[in-house]
Amino acid sequence: MVSRVFSSDRLPRGLAVPVVLVLVAEIAWVASGTTSDSLAAPSAVLLRMLGALADGSMLVATGETLRAAFGGLAIGASVGLALGLLRGTFGPIDELLDVTVEALRPIPSSALIPVTILIFGFGYGLEMTCVAISCTWTMLVLSRAAVIAVEPQLIEVGRVLRLGFLPRMTKIVLPAALPRIFVAFRLCTGLSLIVAVTTEITANPLGLGYQMMVAQQSLQPDLTIAYLVWIGFIGWGLNQVLVTAQRRLFGRVALVGANS
Amino acid sequence: MVSVTELRATRVPKGGARSAGQQPDASEIAVERLGIVLNGRPILTDIDLTIGRGEFLCVVGGSGTGKTTLLRAIAGLTAPSSGRVLVAGSPMSEPRCDVAVVFQDYSKALLPWRSATGNIALALEARRVPRRQHSQIAAELLERVGLGGQGDKYPNELSGGMQQRLQIARCLAQQPTILLMDEPFGALDAMTRQGLQDELLNLVSATGCTVFFVTHDLEEAAYLGDRVIGLVPNPGRIGIEVGVNLHRPRDQLTTREHPEFLRLRRQLFDFIKGHEH
Repeated sequence: MVSRVFSSDRLPRGLAVPVVLVLVAEIAWVASGTTSDSLAAPSAVLLRMLGALADGSMLVATGETLRAAFGGLAIGASVGLALGLLRGTFGPIDELLDVTVEALRPIPSSALIPVTILIFGFGYGLEMTCVAISCTWTMLVLSRAAVIAVEPQLIEVGRVLRLGFLPRMTKIVLPAALPRIFVAFRLCTGLSLIVAVTTEITANPLGLGYQMMVAQQSLQPDLTIAYLVWIGFIGWGLNQVLVTAQRRLFGRVALVGANS
Repeated sequence: MVSVTELRATRVPKGGARSAGQQPDASEIAVERLGIVLNGRPILTDIDLTIGRGEFLCVVGGSGTGKTTLLRAIAGLTAPSSGRVLVAGSPMSEPRCDVAVVFQDYSKALLPWRSATGNIALALEARRVPRRQHSQIAAELLERVGLGGQGDKYPNELSGGMQQRLQIARCLAQQPTILLMDEPFGALDAMTRQGLQDELLNLVSATGCTVFFVTHDLEEAAYLGDRVIGLVPNPGRIGIEVGVNLHRPRDQLTTREHPEFLRLRRQLFDFIKGHEH
C-alpha cells in the first residue's frame, strides 16, 4: 500500500535522510571553501528562497503554475474519466477507441508544446491544454482498467437484483472502482505539475518554471536551485494531501484488497 | 408497512407431507431438455428436471459436472443453448426479482463499502421499497439470520459465517419464492456449517421458499434435501435422482444416525465414486 510509506509515524525517520544530506552538503561546501557560478551552498539557497517568498515573487509564480496545473487537471481528468468509464463499460466503444488512444497516448507531452503555441499563443491556454491532454490519457487508461477490474461477482449481484443500468453504475461499479480512480487522480495531479513546469521552462512566460529560467539566465544559481527545491516541496505537499484524503476516504475498502 | 410477516410467502405451508410426491401443477421450476454450450464446449446436455413448490432440491456431483451452470441457467444468468427453463410457467431469459441467488463466495458478493444494513438495503433499493422503511426491514432481517444488532458492521468486520448470513438476509430482502444456493456453506468450518444448515431449514420452512441447493457435501445434501439429484460429467447430465425419506424437522444427531440417512449417504457416495476417473 502506497499510503503506508507516508504514514505519519514514519515521517520523522524518513525526514532524517534529506536533512543529513543537506547538512553534509553545507559542511562540505564551507569546509572546502568552494565558490561557484553554477552551484550554491544549501544555506544560500535557503536564504534566497525565504527572500523570494517574503517579497511575494515566488508565491505569485506558484499561484500561476498551480492555476494552470489545476485548470488543466480539472479538464483532463474529467474528459479522461468520462472516456475511461465509457471504454470500461461498453465493449464496442472500447474497441472503437482502442487504436486512436493507443496511437495518441505515446506522444510526449512536451512534444505538444510547439503545436499548442501555434493554436493558443503563450499564456494559460497553452499550458492548460498541454496539462489537460497528458492527464486525459493517464486518467483514461487507469479509470478504464479500474472499471474492468470490478469484481464480476458484484456485477452479477446487480443483475440478479435486477438493478437497471444507471443504478448498477452508481451503486456498484463506480463505488467499486473509486479507490483505483482516486489513485489515478493522484497520479494525474503529480503529472499536471510536471507538465505545467515543463511548459513554463520550455516556452510559456508564466509561473515557477519561467522564474527558474529567468534566475538561471541571470546567473543566480542560488535562486534557480531555490525554485527547484520549492517546486519539489509543492509536489510533495500535494501528494501528501491526496494520500491523506485517500486513506481517510478509502481506508475501509483498501483493507478488503481494493488498494492499488 | 412491510414487516417480517409479509416476507413470508403466503403459499404452501411446509410440513412433513410435502416430500411425498409433488403435484405436477405445483411445479415452480421446470427445466426442459436443457443444453448449454460455453465456448464451444458442451457443459450440460439433456437436463429434464421439475422442482415442486416449496421443495428443497439438492444437487451433488464432482467438479466440472455443471452444477453451477445449471444453477446459473435457472437464475437466468446463463442463457440455454437448447431447451428452456421455466420459472412459475414463464421462460427464464433474465434474472427475476423473486428468484434469489446465494453465491458461494460471500466475500465477493457483498459490497465492502456498505454496512450490513446497507447491503440489505441494496435489495430494497432494487425493489423500490421506500427509503424510510429500509432500516427497520434490514433490522428485522438481520434478526432473522442471527445478526441482530450488527447492522452497522461492515462485511470485513464479520466472520465468514456471518458474511454468509448477511448474504442470505439480502436474498430474503428480495422476498424470493425461489432460493438458488451455490455451495453456500462450502468455505465454512464444520461447526458453523451445521449451525447454518439448521438455520437455513428453519428459514425455509418459515418462508415456504423453493430451494435449489448445490453442494459438494453428500451428507449435507441428504440432511437438507427433500430430493437429491447427482450430475455426471462430460457433458453434465443427471445420473441419479433419489427422494429423501427423512422426517422434518431434522436433527444434526438423530437424523444423521438414522438408517435411511446412512443408506442414502452410501448410495450417493457409490454414485460419485462410480463416476470418478
